[in-house]
Amino acid sequence: MRTDKVHMADSGKLLSQLADRISYLIDIKGNSEWSNVGDLLGRVQGLRQSLFEIKEADLFEEIDRIEDRVSFLEDRVAEKLGPAEIVNIVRSPQRFTLMDILENVYDSYTELGGEGDCNIDPAIVVARATISRRVKNKLYSHQVMVIGHEKGRGEEYRNGGCARPWGNDKALRYMRVAETEGIPIHFYIFTPGSYPIEDYPGAAQQIARNLYVMAKLKVPMVSFISEGGSGGAEAIGVSGLRLMGSRSYYSVISPEGAAAIEGKIREGEKVPRELVKHCAAQLKITAEDNLKLGTVDRIIEEPPLGARRDDFPFFHRLRYEMLRATDEVVLKTKNFRAFRAYALKRREEEGKEVPEDFDLFIGWSLTDLEIERLLEFRLKKYMELGKGYFLENRNILTEGIRKTKIFASKTYYDLRYGLLRPHHRNVQKVIEEVSSEGSVFLRKVTEPVRAAYDFVFPQPERPGKIVRSEGPERKSIFAEEWESYVSPLANEDCTVTCPNASKYGCLDLWVPDLYGEFCGVCPNCGHHFPLEYQWYLENLFDKNSVHEFNDHIASCNPLGFQGYNVRLKKDIKRTGRNSSMITFDAEVWGLRLVVAMLFSNFRGGTVGTAEGEKFVRACDVAGTTRRPLLAYIHSTGGIRIHEGTLGVVQMPKCTLAVREYNDNGGLYIVVYDNNSYAGPVASFLGCSLYQFGMRSSRIGFAGPRVIRETTGQDVPPDYHSAKNALRRGHIQGIWDRREFKKNLHDALMTLGGPNLYYK
Amino acid sequence: MDINLNDLLRRYRSHPFEDYPVETPHTGVVFLKVKEGQTVKGPGGEWLHRPGTLLYVIERERNAKRITALWSGQVSGIRLDIEGQFVEAGELLFSIRHQLDKEEIIDRILTQVLYILPAPQRARYFLAPEISAKMEKQPKEGVSVESGDEVLIMSLMKRDTVISYEGVPGALYKVYFKSGDTVEQGSPLLGICPPDKLQYVQKVIRRIRTEWEK
Repeated sequence: MRTDKVHMADSGKLLSQLADRISYLIDIKGNSEWSNVGDLLGRVQGLRQSLFEIKEADLFEEIDRIEDRVSFLEDRVAEKLGPAEIVNIVRSPQRFTLMDILENVYDSYTELGGEGDCNIDPAIVVARATISRRVKNKLYSHQVMVIGHEKGRGEEYRNGGCARPWGNDKALRYMRVAETEGIPIHFYIFTPGSYPIEDYPGAAQQIARNLYVMAKLKVPMVSFISEGGSGGAEAIGVSGLRLMGSRSYYSVISPEGAAAIEGKIREGEKVPRELVKHCAAQLKITAEDNLKLGTVDRIIEEPPLGARRDDFPFFHRLRYEMLRATDEVVLKTKNFRAFRAYALKRREEEGKEVPEDFDLFIGWSLTDLEIERLLEFRLKKYMELGKGYFLENRNILTEGIRKTKIFASKTYYDLRYGLLRPHHRNVQKVIEEVSSEGSVFLRKVTEPVRAAYDFVFPQPERPGKIVRSEGPERKSIFAEEWESYVSPLANEDCTVTCPNASKYGCLDLWVPDLYGEFCGVCPNCGHHFPLEYQWYLENLFDKNSVHEFNDHIASCNPLGFQGYNVRLKKDIKRTGRNSSMITFDAEVWGLRLVVAMLFSNFRGGTVGTAEGEKFVRACDVAGTTRRPLLAYIHSTGGIRIHEGTLGVVQMPKCTLAVREYNDNGGLYIVVYDNNSYAGPVASFLGCSLYQFGMRSSRIGFAGPRVIRETTGQDVPPDYHSAKNALRRGHIQGIWDRREFKKNLHDALMTLGGPNLYYK
Repeated sequence: MDINLNDLLRRYRSHPFEDYPVETPHTGVVFLKVKEGQTVKGPGGEWLHRPGTLLYVIERERNAKRITALWSGQVSGIRLDIEGQFVEAGELLFSIRHQLDKEEIIDRILTQVLYILPAPQRARYFLAPEISAKMEKQPKEGVSVESGDEVLIMSLMKRDTVISYEGVPGALYKVYFKSGDTVEQGSPLLGICPPDKLQYVQKVIRRIRTEWEK
């Protein structure tokens, strides 16, 4: 009788496991109709209900039959696992989460900044943990900071791993703690994307801040990606080594989002499943694809259908890989030869079983010199991302001339600013100090004599001379405009209505007046009508001062996205440009600066590898020539989805370039116009210390539709307005187009100091 | 204040509509987009940011302006003769017959029955502390005000001015704003009901709430 009970209990357990396996198959295939798995689940549930009514022998026979069928189906699914199925694996409730990793990979941990639902943002979990390794029967433990997204086990408060801005802020706070304590950071990325709200600190701006800090964080960092949803993943994703599970995805946008854009699906309508599948395949989101593209460094093998909560061999492997990866990041900063030997050994080990023991113990603390090397390696690694995935339309001769020019200008500016300027400044400083000391000394001696003289022969007070500041000669922008450039929009003989007419009673505007004399601004309410980017090139900068560079870098279709080539060619033909970014030298009332401009006509001002590379090179030029860098964003729609994760990695790449430029003393100003959304704002734009918005511009992380679809809440029509961005502290001021040049000049003079460059 | 409430009610019962005339804002050629009897919707969304049904397009100087409905209701008295014609400003095109719901009728009756205290200028308004303390303790109909009572505080440019009530004494029946809101000049702030009419008004409102169909 007793044995029967045990057997019955076993069968209950077996049935429960079978039910889990079948539900998992349903999760992966996305429907219960595939190979009648729904019926199979029904059979298992029927058996569970009538467990004590069936004979034991019959029951086990039936269980065996179902198990065979389930194993067969699992093998079939594993054989043809497409990107859409991988997305379903990652989203399955049976997938392992960060808490499972903390429990199974680390020896012990203490959650920081809250626990469970009592937390500033339960979607982000931060923990101080210990991880140990055995070397020759001796146990060594390491202290690490673990930061990651927690999708939860169905808890609503976890928000599915979508970090709110303050969650990312918490992550940043503890990154700094790790830096203070000198312990490595392990990032675990389990996010479908960041939660798109603009409340302070702002989704985009906080991600940008995180990237900016991570660029120079003085500790080794390793990240593991399970679900890498675009910007949300980048918020805690900059690292020396990026690992990815073999059944994980890393993507610029969710396949559903891409399908809605590609299929031009209207809000509220269902996206066809086939289109989602197609987009998932086009976006190149799997681990193998990302490894090929160079956006991740290593794949960690999972079971054929992905690791689940109770997959202890996988956790064992993950623990080994995290230790190894951290070792590798640390060793890179140490002796080069030691690293090479280590790397060689590592290559031999790949694909083998995870060993129980480590050969040697590697300490993870770094000296100052090693930290310097760590940062250099990180910068170099990110600068290499996306290289080879854009076109450089140049022949050998012109390329040679370009390289010579770069070398010559680098030598000249290094000599001028690196060698002579410090001496000049030191001499000037000494002279200033000596003369001020001397004058104090002389005044002490002469003051009594002078006082006595003044007392005896009093002098009538004379008005002091008025010294006028020798500011630049300022001409009316209107006069210049008529002389040089008038928007072609002004050629139409009609009127337009100001969008604020019902609110402020604006009269209809005659188009030649509006786009000519009024600079596209409603004279009544000040609403800014959009103007083409050429208008700014002609009117914002001094005449003939704009000299474009790197115009040979061109966008292409690195992922072979179907149908994208035609659209790209169309845009190239229509705009006469190769990418949506223009980089040039220019002058504003004699002040020389480097400008990177994103404009809307080319693929909606989206950023891909070509744009990222151009921006990085503009930072280099500004750094070499010691000039301020202006990012003027005519419009940007985010990261170009057709370039997949190659586009996403432009976020950290460009932010690292900005950080390098700023740390070397550069002045970086961002001005947003029209619409600026998503990736670029959440990285190299949002990280700027000085950001300004033009009137009537919109700045944000996600547009209203995405917010509605993600959060289920509507947002007010002015949610992304520049005024609200200013109110939230995302920008420092709102500029009027008619005074753009003056405002820019003032900002350069005020923020830039006497040399427009700090060091 | 000598209003016969029964007459008012009868009037609304026999004609529970408000006709809003749709007139051209300026000269231009009109292209109608609605038909006689068509039901149109007013602006929607939490912030009334979704425009209502497109009513007509008026084109002047090659600027085709799309005019949408500001009220929901039915199109009536449409002038089909002006379709595609040039019209002057203020030309009546049609009316939107808007069916009043219970709350709108109550509002309309209250504005006629109550003594309304309007906002003297555009500013932020707060209820006087004594009044709000009284309102917390008892229903607002029980809070009575008399001429000379300090009822409101107007906050403008960091200056707080106390506003005294001048009018017939009565119960504070309706507060039209939230404390701290900015109220436009002339908009109603408080509605005061004379004590002799209080019970009668309450009875009528109860009747509307229970008996009115929509």
